[in-house]
Amino acid sequence: MAEVLVYVDHVDGAVRKPTLELLTLARRIGEPVALALGPGAEATAAVLAEHGAVKVLTADASEFSDYLVVPKVDALQAAYDAVSPAAVLVPSSAEGKEIAARLAVRIGSGIITDAIDLEAGDEGPVATQAAFAASFSTKSRVSKGTPVITVKPNSAPVEAAPAAGVVEALAVTFGALATGTKVTSRTPRESTGRPELTEAAIVVSGGRGVNGAENFHIIEALADSLGAAVGASRAAVDAGWYPHSNQVGQTGKSVSPQLYIASGISGAIQHRAGMQTSKTIVAINKDAEAPIFDLVDYGVVGDLFAVVPQLTDEIKARKG
Amino acid sequence: MSLRIVVCVKYVPDATGDRQFTEDLTVNRDDVDGLLSELDEYAVEQALQIADEADDAEITVLTVGPEDAKDALRKALSMGADKAIHVEDDDLHGSDVMGTSLVLAKAIEKAGYDLVITGMASTDGTMGVLPAILAERLGVPQVTLLSEVKVEDGVVTGRRDGDTASEQLEASLPALVSVTDQSGEARYPSFKGIMAAKKKPVESWDLEELEIESDEVGLEGSWTAVDSATQRPARTAGTIVKDEGEGGKSLAAFLAEQKFI
Ligand SMILES: Cc1cc2nc3c(=O)[nH]c(=O)nc-3n(C[C@H](O)[C@H](O)[C@H](O)COP(=O)(O)OP(=O)(O)OC[C@H]3O[C@@H](n4cnc5c(N)ncnc54)[C@H](O)[C@@H]3O)c2cc1C
Ligand SMILES: Cc1cc2nc3c(=O)[nH]c(=O)nc-3n(C[C@H](O)[C@H](O)[C@H](O)COP(=O)(O)OP(=O)(O)OC[C@H]3O[C@@H](n4cnc5c(N)ncnc54)[C@H](O)[C@@H]3O)c2cc1C
Repeated sequence: MAEVLVYVDHVDGAVRKPTLELLTLARRIGEPVALALGPGAEATAAVLAEHGAVKVLTADASEFSDYLVVPKVDALQAAYDAVSPAAVLVPSSAEGKEIAARLAVRIGSGIITDAIDLEAGDEGPVATQAAFAASFSTKSRVSKGTPVITVKPNSAPVEAAPAAGVVEALAVTFGALATGTKVTSRTPRESTGRPELTEAAIVVSGGRGVNGAENFHIIEALADSLGAAVGASRAAVDAGWYPHSNQVGQTGKSVSPQLYIASGISGAIQHRAGMQTSKTIVAINKDAEAPIFDLVDYGVVGDLFAVVPQLTDEIKARKG
Repeated sequence: MSLRIVVCVKYVPDATGDRQFTEDLTVNRDDVDGLLSELDEYAVEQALQIADEADDAEITVLTVGPEDAKDALRKALSMGADKAIHVEDDDLHGSDVMGTSLVLAKAIEKAGYDLVITGMASTDGTMGVLPAILAERLGVPQVTLLSEVKVEDGVVTGRRDGDTASEQLEASLPALVSVTDQSGEARYPSFKGIMAAKKKPVESWDLEELEIESDEVGLEGSWTAVDSATQRPARTAGTIVKDEGEGGKSLAAFLAEQKFI
């Protein structure tokens, strides 16, 4: 059976959920071989094997963290040369897309980004993409070279499918471009203890209607009652009420949770671009004409300062 | 010594219009107004600020697109760029990111550059990968997704706010930079700027001038193929209630019914 190379996104050995989803998709088109780089690479093997990786290639070098993107491309290319896969799958993070894209040019292959589904086809894997703020759904293929495809989080279920997961060290030689862009310092983002925005099953977002950083605790309390991640509109972010890393939309994160709750958000096209593929959408807005209501499964026309705390209390009560 | 900056700008259909695909599954450009991709205004803005700080700098804006794409160049010129290059050729229709990036790379090399600046993503294709591909093709450092950028003594530095960390980056020129919409509001063209733009040079290049064969680009030369594009059905109208004191409770009941609680 053909092998499919899967690029692993992990933090010190803890594999992030989108990679496990990739393994599910990879199994539809072949046998997954995973590539894990950096500190903790070997520690990823157990969970990758549990989810279907027949082999786990690992490499660590200071170049991966000291320089931007290119050293990882060199490693992915080395893995590609070693495996000769039928396809290369990479999580659609900002960095993941850049790594995949550079590999694609190097190996003379087409690239498809931000796939939301993947299936085997007669002429290679067929990817589903959401276009124009998710108002269209397209099906595309890579027609030249080995398909390189990046996949958005929440595009497939995580399924256990135990496989050998044999760990093999990968030899990587860095090219002249690898040390072109130096990372001179790095400030890790502080963890809030809440789920990762792009991976969360539920996202609770606040917009301009929240009217101040000091009011965002109302949104956070609702999120915590549901075990959800917190998102924000660009208006809220630009006003300095919430960090940019929590922005949902075209220039923020794109999320596709089971449940999206928008409070005090009008539903501008650029915001919709980042949340329109959510399974269930709920909104609270005092303006009955707000475009967000065109998308909702359930909407409450009302003041968020009254509705959201009542909702939070009711959820807590129901959960006991 | 003069700092030669090339800014890549894309002409895109207005995102607030009713965007559609045509029969050959390329973007319908006829029924929706086109404009300079808003995210590329940030690239032009940073170019202008970098040029202001340099002793002597020249900003060229470059686009690959149909006839109307000149509008995007005019807008960038009216913001303050010095000159423009329009790569236009019937054979470009339907190019994918590999074709587009090939044309941009050849045009940038022909124009001559020390610094290339792009937006973070287009507002139509929204792939966000063209900058990295361009850096690979040009063989220069990529300093991408910057929310802050500075150029001094032949070195570009910037801040990249990623998923797990914020990084400070550094590379020597020549280099390629992409900037996010966090990099600073783009200026509005002044009346003077708009008048001045009318006199600024806009060169038109075709594939032959760039020594690119027609089968390397366009629908034929694409390395990807779109098989279908279907409009998603509008979401079925949901339940909308007016809060009369029980809005939060009724919403909780809905969430419970949907098994979220
Ligand atoms: C190139 C570009 C990229 C962009 N990228 C993004 C992006 O990634 N994400 C994004 O979100 N936006 C993005 N935008 C901005 C977008 O166009 C909108 O401006 C933005 O989404 C508006 O945010 P908002 O809905 O919070 O604010 P508004 O549109 O001002 O809406 C606020 C809403 O809150 C309601 N409200 C006010 N008070 C209350 C209350 N007490 N109770 C209940 N409701 C209340 C109002 O009725 C209103 O509907 C982008 C724009 C551009 C041009
Ligand atoms: C809905 C949709 C989906 C698509 N999916 C794919 C796909 O999966 N694979 C694929 O190969 N192609 C795809 N394309 C085609 C691709 O978008 C174009 O080839 C495009 O020019 C490059 O990609 P982008 O606009 O998404 O670039 P991005 O990487 O999002 O753009 C980043 C920056 O590159 C610069 N730039 C991009 N295009 C130009 C240009 N023509 N002239 C000057 N500067 C430019 C701008 O500075 C821009 O800010 C898609 C197009 C559409 C409309």
